[in-house]
Amino acid sequence: MQFKRKDLLGIRELDVSEIEYILDLARSFKEINERSIKKVPTLRGKTVIHLFFEPSTRTRTSFDIAAKRLSADTYSITASTSSVVKGETALDTLKNLEAMKPDVFVIRHSASGAPWQLAARTTASVINAGDGMHEHPSQALLDMLTILDNKKSLRDLNVLIVGDIFHSRVARSNIWGLTKMGARVVVCGPATLIPPNIDSMGAQISNRLDQCIPQADVIMVLRLQKERQQQMLLPSLREYSTWYGINAKRLEQAKPDVLIMHPGPINRGVEISPEVADGPRSVILDQVTNGVAVRMALLFLLGQR
Amino acid sequence: MKLKANPANLILRNGRVIDPARGLDSIADVLIEEGKIIEIGPKIEIGAQKRGQFDPIDAEGKWIVPGLIDMHVHLREPGEEYKETIASGTRAAVAGGFTSVACMPNTRPVNDCAALTRFILSKAETEGVCRVFPVAAISKGLEGKNLAEFGELRSAGAVAVSDDGRPVESSLLMRRALEYAKTFDLPVISHCEDLGLCSGGLMNEGRVSTRLGLRGIPGAAEEVMAARDIILAELTGARVHLAHISTAGSVALIREAKKRGVLVTAETAPHYFTLEEELLCSFNPVYKVNPPVRTREDIEAVKAGLRDGTLDVIASDHAPHSTVEKELEFEFAANGMIGLESSLPLILRLVREGVLTPLEAIAKLTRNPARILSIPFGTLAEGVDADLTLIDPLIKYTIDVKTFESKSRNCPFDGMEAQGRAVMTLVEGRVVFSVSD
Repeated sequence: MQFKRKDLLGIRELDVSEIEYILDLARSFKEINERSIKKVPTLRGKTVIHLFFEPSTRTRTSFDIAAKRLSADTYSITASTSSVVKGETALDTLKNLEAMKPDVFVIRHSASGAPWQLAARTTASVINAGDGMHEHPSQALLDMLTILDNKKSLRDLNVLIVGDIFHSRVARSNIWGLTKMGARVVVCGPATLIPPNIDSMGAQISNRLDQCIPQADVIMVLRLQKERQQQMLLPSLREYSTWYGINAKRLEQAKPDVLIMHPGPINRGVEISPEVADGPRSVILDQVTNGVAVRMALLFLLGQR
Repeated sequence: MKLKANPANLILRNGRVIDPARGLDSIADVLIEEGKIIEIGPKIEIGAQKRGQFDPIDAEGKWIVPGLIDMHVHLREPGEEYKETIASGTRAAVAGGFTSVACMPNTRPVNDCAALTRFILSKAETEGVCRVFPVAAISKGLEGKNLAEFGELRSAGAVAVSDDGRPVESSLLMRRALEYAKTFDLPVISHCEDLGLCSGGLMNEGRVSTRLGLRGIPGAAEEVMAARDIILAELTGARVHLAHISTAGSVALIREAKKRGVLVTAETAPHYFTLEEELLCSFNPVYKVNPPVRTREDIEAVKAGLRDGTLDVIASDHAPHSTVEKELEFEFAANGMIGLESSLPLILRLVREGVLTPLEAIAKLTRNPARILSIPFGTLAEGVDADLTLIDPLIKYTIDVKTFESKSRNCPFDGMEAQGRAVMTLVEGRVVFSVSD
């Protein structure tokens, strides 16, 4: 198939064949990452700029490794977020960098929608590396790739996403991606952390974790940010952990081949117990490994344009 | 101020004269002498010796209405003259058919003292092209702590008080404001917003906010405060006017309160009966406004509220911002849209849709705001100053912000196909705007 997009901004706008194409391509790149010489000349002479308006170590490193293994020249810019009173606006930053003729921008921003706004103002390709509470397409793709490494198909799979759904771009991108691919998604957490009308995105809602665990083929655990207590969303991390923490006791009710996933960084002992995070059902580090392959696929598709 | 040669003596021929204050809707002529309306009636005869003194204007097919009143605008002067000035804002007003505007006090400094009110009025006198009625602050500095000096503000020319842009968070301060304003017969205009419930919200809360990952502002954030202010108006027996109503729930609360006899009036803005939240999926900050644009159901409820009189007034909430505030990430962009030059065509669309009769629509722009603010305008009575707007209800055109008089360009209706507009605006019998300009 032909991949005709200028940008890769969100999972919501992709169709099934595009997702399958990206995943197939990512699979073919996985092998490069196992070689002793982990570099191919595919994007030689191309320039990739990582433009991060929100701090990130893991995603930026993953994109950077992906770009370098494809032989692109890469530059990382950590910009402060826009401010009305001081500093350069995101748009000005983008236009200045664009004047240096890059081929691809990898953009992360704390404000939902910013990559869409910026992509509309540049002729370079834009990959969304996570925007606010909106989308994190490369994460959803690497999650799907990791599930497919362990399960035959996404169709009819029961995926349980647990935790702070409200603030999670990972949850949103995964709900769109997984339901497009035929999986059933249940989101589970206290009502304060479930955004209104999320069922209209195709997910079922539950507040009772123990009722959801037995059916789950995959459990995606989301990071719980400690600030949520101050925002009157939770009384305490202890209570959260009691009701929504994933631990070995709880998983006694789970299917034997359940996959435990987490987009990282994890809060050990809060949303996930150490023995589960490090246990035999955990594929958390496989997700990280697959992240490089998926990002190589995205950079390849857009960088070749 | 640049006025064209202004004949103080005019005869408008064969227009459809619509004056809700007098229940008038008929084809007639309007005779204006030395800036005053002398006679309204069919086929006015002018004696042979005077005939040459009156410039005739053919108003056939046009509506002749009392000069329109926009009781909720932000003119940004003093302090943010790069967004708008009293000069540019009043030019935008007359281009939109408005001869009177009430300007909100959230300038820099805030209009919370008589000196500021007098400054605005004197600027309007020397540089403005329409009438300007300052709305003064409820609380000093809009800080929500102590009352501003309503008595002095009233004497200086303020027509109402409001902390618009911010809610009066303290229920006690709101109670005191209502009581104290009653002493001076000033209406209190309430910006209904529970800041706690808004909790950093950027758009209407619901299906679309969840999908876009933008924090939501529930309708309840407006309704909780609307309910509170209705209850406090009832407690104090004072008049309260609720600004920019946007939700079905608020309309229901106001309807019920009016039935009970509470002295509450309310306004909405054209964007609340025109724009749907779905537009925000572009993340274009031009659609960012507070309260936010809501759902199809809210739009229908606002229209129903306009139809049955629950909502008394349509005001633009004209809120100019430059690209410095608007060309940002959606989250960081300022709230607000300009409306003076796009308001009337959107209201005329309601008339074509059958939501309002011409008489009802014009009432919400003339008689009703004049009554709420107790200003002696908004009618075409014989002997009064000729503040008058000539509307062509049929003219078709594309709304183009590049042609706007406003200094700002944050209009979500740019590019929209429209029908109907003001083609001539008269203040005191002077032509301050005409389309052939």
